[in-house]
Amino acid sequence: MAILSKKNPIDLLFSVITAIASFSVIIFIIGILFVLIKESSLSIGKFGIIKFLTSTDWDPVKESFGALTNIYGTLLTTFLSLIIAIPVAIGIAIFITEISPNFLKGPIGIAIELLAAIPSIIYGMWGLFTLSPVMSNHVEPFLKKITAGIPFVEILFRGTPMGIDILTASVILSIMIIPFTASISRDSFNLTPSVVKESAYAIGATKWEVIKNIVIPYSKLGVFGGIVLSLGRALGETMAIAFVLGNNHRITTSLLDAAATITVTLANEFAEADKDIYLSSLFYLALVLFVMSFITLAIAKFFLLKAERKYSR
Amino acid sequence: MTREQLRKTEGVIAMSLSTLAALIGLFWLVFILGDVLVHGIKALNLSLFINDPAPAGVEGGGLRNAFIGQLMITIFATLIGVPVGVLGGTFLAEYARGRKIARIISVLSDIMVSVPSIVIGTFIYAILVRQIGHFSGWAGAIALSIIMIPVVLRTTEDMLTLVPWTLREAAFALGAPYYKVIIQIVYRGAATGILTGILLSIARVAGETAPLLFTSFNNSFFSTNMNGPISSLTVTIFQYAMGPYDDWHAQAWAASLMITIFILFLTLLGRFIIKWRYKG
Repeated sequence: MAILSKKNPIDLLFSVITAIASFSVIIFIIGILFVLIKESSLSIGKFGIIKFLTSTDWDPVKESFGALTNIYGTLLTTFLSLIIAIPVAIGIAIFITEISPNFLKGPIGIAIELLAAIPSIIYGMWGLFTLSPVMSNHVEPFLKKITAGIPFVEILFRGTPMGIDILTASVILSIMIIPFTASISRDSFNLTPSVVKESAYAIGATKWEVIKNIVIPYSKLGVFGGIVLSLGRALGETMAIAFVLGNNHRITTSLLDAAATITVTLANEFAEADKDIYLSSLFYLALVLFVMSFITLAIAKFFLLKAERKYSR
Repeated sequence: MTREQLRKTEGVIAMSLSTLAALIGLFWLVFILGDVLVHGIKALNLSLFINDPAPAGVEGGGLRNAFIGQLMITIFATLIGVPVGVLGGTFLAEYARGRKIARIISVLSDIMVSVPSIVIGTFIYAILVRQIGHFSGWAGAIALSIIMIPVVLRTTEDMLTLVPWTLREAAFALGAPYYKVIIQIVYRGAATGILTGILLSIARVAGETAPLLFTSFNNSFFSTNMNGPISSLTVTIFQYAMGPYDDWHAQAWAASLMITIFILFLTLLGRFIIKWRYKG
């Protein structure tokens, strides 16, 4: 079929309208990039690129801005949440594909995917009023106690357990990204040809050996794509952690300290930025976030497409 | 321990850990939903739906303005986002089927689906709110529609691709032009799937807060004027949860409960339609 039909005028009109509608996606992406660069040009001009990305200053009074504390917070919470989420998510995928009785597969899959449907503001509410007290009263003192005296690990849990800190935020983020990794891993696991699995069973492999040596190696591209996708989601999550992170512009070594991520800084400060350079720096932060998450998501998509091509062969 | 016993033990441990992981996942779901339910039900009352907020610190009042505002923003976002998304998906699956451009737009849409929504908020702030000079309901609705378009576009594309090509050929053979084939044959065949995609995309944007913070902002008074700042449930939850009053917290929980029920209902409905139509 020709991309634009020329035979019938109405058909031509319809094809042009649909083409415009689908190009809107490209227009949005280019538009966002262009507008963010334009709005942050004042800040880019004043602080440059390298200096902005490596400066820990965030001082609206002295009008000195740098992104490092925000980037640090974003990367640290994302990294921690991945560490917590990946084993659970892969365990869930293994349970659904290999262990669960058939009648439970659907319901458990849906239940896990419902975790992704809960709006992030609800995670935020729950995190602030329910999880945070639990963390500060039980989990964090416990972690402090068992790590006390262990060199290096001890540093991670220094300070008063307040519940408003990096650890709590990472736990909430980890719950939010479990469904993405879990459902993509499940789908990839399911694509392992049963002939290969049955051959392994036939030579006496246990179920775990089949999973470890056959299923996971076979589906690693898809699983990896799912993990990178979760990473992209975690980078941009805002409302779930806006309440429990504290918005503290300092580089901290303790997980029990408040911190700031790019998203939380934007949510808290954007509407009240009163000076041009302040607002421009916030747009600059948004630009950094957009580029970071776009690249991450593109990498995820690359691996998922590669996996798709491999399995469809 | 013999080698066999070792292998078996390892297997049992790994399987138990996987089962534990599934239980952890379910535990979080039950914990969060149960918590919202318990706190929310306690705070539900009629006043919440029929009254506007009382002055800060005064007991009572409701969130009528936020319910109406949320409804309006979501409806207008749907009215903008759905036609663009459906038409865009039509182009990818029909006129540009198999072409490189269709593939590129498809991949970019998948990326757009996961782009941080707060970035879209800042984008709309720069091109609309700043230019007009004040926050407005329209800005919020447009921000949400930008999030919605790639979702609807991708599901429409997938659903149209599922319609057998021979069905189109049968219509072509009768001399129908392509647009008639699409509207009268292809859309009809894929209607349930497209509708499901729309339901899921509404569920996706109805709980968004970040893109509304600097677009529709908030309004403590009842307003249906889309040209001015308008209240929404999600932004109200954000404001009330951060606030110092217990009454505010209770109302935020009630609002959370309502929004969670609405979204989970849409999500489950969408899933069941897919199951009923395409697998059963």
